[in-house]
Amino acid sequence: MTETMESKSRRMASLRKKRYRAERRFRRLGFAAVSVGLIFLTVLFGVVLISGFGAFKQTFIQLDIAVLQGSDNYQGMVKQALRDIFPEVKSRRHKRQLYALVSSGATYQLNARIEAEPDLSGKKISAWFPASDDVDMVIKGRIARDGPAELRRVTDQQLRWIERLENEGRIRTQFNWAFFTSGDSREPELAGIAVATLGTLLSLLVCLVLSFPLGVLTAVYLEEFAPRGRWTEFIEVNINNLAAVPSIVFGLLGLAVFLNVFNLPRSAPLVGGMVLALMTLPTIIIAGRVALNGVPPSVREAALAIGASPLQAVFHHVLPLAMPGVLTGTIIGTARALGESAPLLMIGMVAFVVDLPSTILSPATALPVQVFLWADSPERAFEERTAAAILVLLLLTILMNLAAVLLRKKYEIRW
Amino acid sequence: MPVSAMEIPPQMPTNILVLDAGHGAPKIATENLTVFYGDKPALHDINLDIEPNRVTALIGPSGCGKSTFIRCLNRMNDVVQGCRIEGKVTLDGDNIYAIGQDAVHLRTRVGMVFQKPNPFPKSIYDNVAYGPTIHGMYENSDQRDAIVLRSLDRAGLLDEVKDRLRAPGTSLSGGQQQRLCIARAIAVEPEVILMDEPCSALDPIATARIEELITELKEHYTIVIVTHSMQQAARLSNKTAYFHLGRLVEKGDTETVFSDPQDERTRDYVTGRIG
Ligand SMILES: Nc1ncnc2c1ncn2[C@@H]1O[C@H](COP(=O)(O)OP(=O)(O)O)[C@@H](O)[C@H]1O
Ligand SMILES: [Mg+2]
Repeated sequence: MTETMESKSRRMASLRKKRYRAERRFRRLGFAAVSVGLIFLTVLFGVVLISGFGAFKQTFIQLDIAVLQGSDNYQGMVKQALRDIFPEVKSRRHKRQLYALVSSGATYQLNARIEAEPDLSGKKISAWFPASDDVDMVIKGRIARDGPAELRRVTDQQLRWIERLENEGRIRTQFNWAFFTSGDSREPELAGIAVATLGTLLSLLVCLVLSFPLGVLTAVYLEEFAPRGRWTEFIEVNINNLAAVPSIVFGLLGLAVFLNVFNLPRSAPLVGGMVLALMTLPTIIIAGRVALNGVPPSVREAALAIGASPLQAVFHHVLPLAMPGVLTGTIIGTARALGESAPLLMIGMVAFVVDLPSTILSPATALPVQVFLWADSPERAFEERTAAAILVLLLLTILMNLAAVLLRKKYEIRW
Repeated sequence: MPVSAMEIPPQMPTNILVLDAGHGAPKIATENLTVFYGDKPALHDINLDIEPNRVTALIGPSGCGKSTFIRCLNRMNDVVQGCRIEGKVTLDGDNIYAIGQDAVHLRTRVGMVFQKPNPFPKSIYDNVAYGPTIHGMYENSDQRDAIVLRSLDRAGLLDEVKDRLRAPGTSLSGGQQQRLCIARAIAVEPEVILMDEPCSALDPIATARIEELITELKEHYTIVIVTHSMQQAARLSNKTAYFHLGRLVEKGDTETVFSDPQDERTRDYVTGRIG
């Protein structure tokens, strides 16, 4: 005996205490890390929400338009209506400033309205037209009325007119449907995300249709059937590498192969989806293999032992059990594709597109590209729209993740 | 070297054997069966005959190759990476490893029950119906129902589950799950049932139930069972084979092997001195 009972038990007790301390320390650190993460997330969402929320509302100005019989000078009618409200404006400079209060889109809207209702001609109609982006910013308080004139893009004269319009009840804000129904525009008040959203959805659809079956089947083949050997290993390493390749490289590949060799149309969601599929494929394959690997071998044995062929064993039993993992991988991959802009820039989905794409071959943009384009625009009002487009993008991501959770729940099987 | 049809003409010699042997022909026979995992041999030169409608018990210490042997009998080792087989295994005189033999079809004739109950995560009904479905063993759903009920009945499970055939197979107790696996194996009408330690994950009552079932089943099937329980081997089997370090050390009638073992290693094992 080199040690008394007492000193031994004292040593053990002190070790125990140390262990508890380490445990507590780890928990506290973990909690702190999660809290910091949550705070950042909240701040991020908060900032985007605050700066983007305004774009869901739009300022409108009420004009009383005298529709001239047999005339198609709609711009003239709009201008006349403005002059009717402010008859004292005479100089050309002031007139120009006056006309700038209303969006240039008013002309087209009037045109469309009268074409749709020909019996309006010769009558006087009162209608609401979108205000120009600067007026919109003033009304929403994003341009300070009392700030220095050179910073606010609105002259003192214009401010007075706006005030008068407000007093006459000719200005109101309402839900900005145009933001969701129209394509891109040079005028912020007319620009919308419809083309970008539809382009994104179509691209994702193409991406899923291509990458899901291809990825799952590849994973099944590699995991369940391919003979282990140098070739399989080589392919495995390369798939893992592909997952780490910067996405713009896939864009270059798409440009070189899909556009230049196969002569597919530029800016088309089809090509966008194909490029995104290239990018998503490795993710799906890797996730699929992990999920397949996680299915207990006893399931395969059970099926094989009653005379199922290897193919039947995999497709009837193993793959369904691996489905939650496969789907999670697929959705994570697709969600990444959703936020991708670099490869889409390469294949021309960065175009200025006004009309909704009617097929997967018509030109379109994508939401992240639209964000990128608007963020680059000088107009103050685009700032708000950029944030709003980001909000929509985030919403789509959240929806996809929700789908992942629900699908997991649905296919999850308790053992 | 792997078995090939060139070296061993399938059927020819064994057919003669069958003719000669007449009634007492073995259901399954192995000839110089040697198994490697990679370069490491796990079984050496096993020659064992398995008689029809008998229970043959395989005993021996852990790692001696019992599972490896039993999995050779329905070619479950085919799917194990690096597993290589030499020698010959015949079922009713046909070499099951000969070229052109269909392992998938073989497994409908030689069913298997595993150590850990492994029902599919599907309903009880679907567990049993799966085999008959993929083999096209019925024409309509009435016939399918009949197969499922008959198989469950034979496995002694019907009374316990007939009110909840749509419940998941995994919701049953361990012993019931194992009987469900037996019902699933029976449903494809095999001739031989292989069981690899079917009771080792079960409590004594469930074990007794399965043992009872095995005694009933041997009327219709040839049964090979691996067990680490000497008592179980003694209670259930007609024939016993004792494996030791990859070699078949002793084989014979169960009574003889237990009461009068010829080999010293067998004696040590059955008297409980090693194992
Ligand atoms: N898949 C495998 N790969 C490599 N070696 C294996 C494999 N399965 C079994 N073995 C080896 O083969 C020997 C026999 O194993 P096994 O047949 O499982 O023994 P038992 O069932 O009698 O306990 C053991 O030494 C084991 O390590
Ligand atoms: Mg074993």
